[in-house]
Amino acid sequence: MMEEAPTRLGLTVEGWTRLLAPLLIGVAVLGLWEGIVRWKGIPPYVLPGPVLIAETLVKDWGPLSASLLVTLKVTALALLIAATLGLALAVLFAQSRVVELSLFPYAVILQVTPIVAIAPLIIIWVDDITLSLLICAWIVAFFPILSNTTVGLNSTDHNLLDLFRLYRASRWQVLWRLRLPTAMPFFLAGLRISGGLALIGAIVAEFVAGTGGSASGLAYRILEAGFQLQIPRMFAALVLVSATGIAIFLALSLASHLLLRRWHESAMGRGERR
Amino acid sequence: MDQGDSARALVTLAGVAKRYATGTLALRDVSLAIGEGGFLALLGPSGCGKSTLLRMIAGLVAPSQGDISWPGGAAASRDIGFVFQEPTLMPWATALANVALPLELAGMPRREAEARAAAMLARVELKGFEKAYPRALSGGMRMRVSIARALVTRPRLLLMDEPFAALDEITRFRLNNDLLDLWQEERFTVVFVTHSVFESVYLAQRIAVMAARPGRITAELPIGAPYPRGEVFRTSAAYAAQCREVSLALEAAMAARAA
Repeated sequence: MMEEAPTRLGLTVEGWTRLLAPLLIGVAVLGLWEGIVRWKGIPPYVLPGPVLIAETLVKDWGPLSASLLVTLKVTALALLIAATLGLALAVLFAQSRVVELSLFPYAVILQVTPIVAIAPLIIIWVDDITLSLLICAWIVAFFPILSNTTVGLNSTDHNLLDLFRLYRASRWQVLWRLRLPTAMPFFLAGLRISGGLALIGAIVAEFVAGTGGSASGLAYRILEAGFQLQIPRMFAALVLVSATGIAIFLALSLASHLLLRRWHESAMGRGERR
Repeated sequence: MDQGDSARALVTLAGVAKRYATGTLALRDVSLAIGEGGFLALLGPSGCGKSTLLRMIAGLVAPSQGDISWPGGAAASRDIGFVFQEPTLMPWATALANVALPLELAGMPRREAEARAAAMLARVELKGFEKAYPRALSGGMRMRVSIARALVTRPRLLLMDEPFAALDEITRFRLNNDLLDLWQEERFTVVFVTHSVFESVYLAQRIAVMAARPGRITAELPIGAPYPRGEVFRTSAAYAAQCREVSLALEAAMAARAA
């Protein structure tokens, strides 16, 4: 009954297609890029080819990886705090309609205000540069988790709620055994969106903080390389940013899949669907 | 009254009415005695308030007027089991955890609750499916889990709201028979809501026929056939005659609405 679908690491045709088709496109585009750069003789300070970028990535791995670590730390911490606070606030909303009605508009304001616009203020107000980066990344990562989890907590099957009422379940039991499990897929979907957003928030804040800050994340490397016209290094840093974003997304997708695969439609293989 | 009431009443409804906030009168002046150990069917067209009536007996909906009383003592919630039209299982929990839920909500230690739940699953012929998640089970099996969950607390009253309406006929017949077997062995009281004349006659000792707008009971008919009832009864002339009688009562109820 509970066998895994045979899709692990692309054992099926569908799996291989999913893996190889995008890979093939990527290789083709990179090859074309390299070819044009060489054929046209475009100088590296205008557009470096993929080979040069890869070489720079290896050569400058020391400072780049140090910067990556800084950005990653801010991103992960911001995501953790966003997840914790988002979940906690959503639970509070689910317990009290008044609290939800009074606080939700402010959460929306927090979400719709462009982070680029408020980042300078936060950086001025908060002395500690790492803390200000953290706050910026948190602001953008917070809302999707809060909003998704709130919807999830309110999506409880009303018959199941009646059942819990019939058995005189306490508020706590309803929350813990019914509302939170119902909200789980919603929370995880929010987390996946917020993972990418936290990274963007951290990068944007680093850009705004500029080279003046003591922290030296990936955005700082990009700015610095731009000033020094070290365009290959700029691209290398950019590659790292994208790779980090992809890695975060994949990690959170995997976590979501592992948590939901036994029961939720979204995490089921095609063959398993009834 | 009828043979089902030779025993004392487990629940009595006196002049019960329900008016919704919108002003709609869902139920009007319903009086009914639910005999202990009996099998009562509430039969009526959709919109006649039979589900509302069931939820009232369960204490999930409060009547606007009238009284629901339990002569033998207060309506302890653990004395009621409820089966919804849908299996209404928690998709994130195994069959065992779903059945153990009522016991665990009442504070029973997990190990004991799961042992009882496993025994109950075996009673509904789902031994070996303890660790299965609802989505891995067929519609009929899910309904069995739902029945096991309702019975795991050993309730005195089992309330069922069109539980088999969504199942295919073969599965429904099997579940009908299994339900009757369980009822014969455990001697709990059943109130079974249905819109099927044939199902109500096959299962019940007594049928309360309801009319809609406003919902009310228009007739109470005893079904005298002895238990155990099986496929022989389902195809007998006596069964056909009873179905005809109940059909006519239902028709009269529908006509009363139109008048």
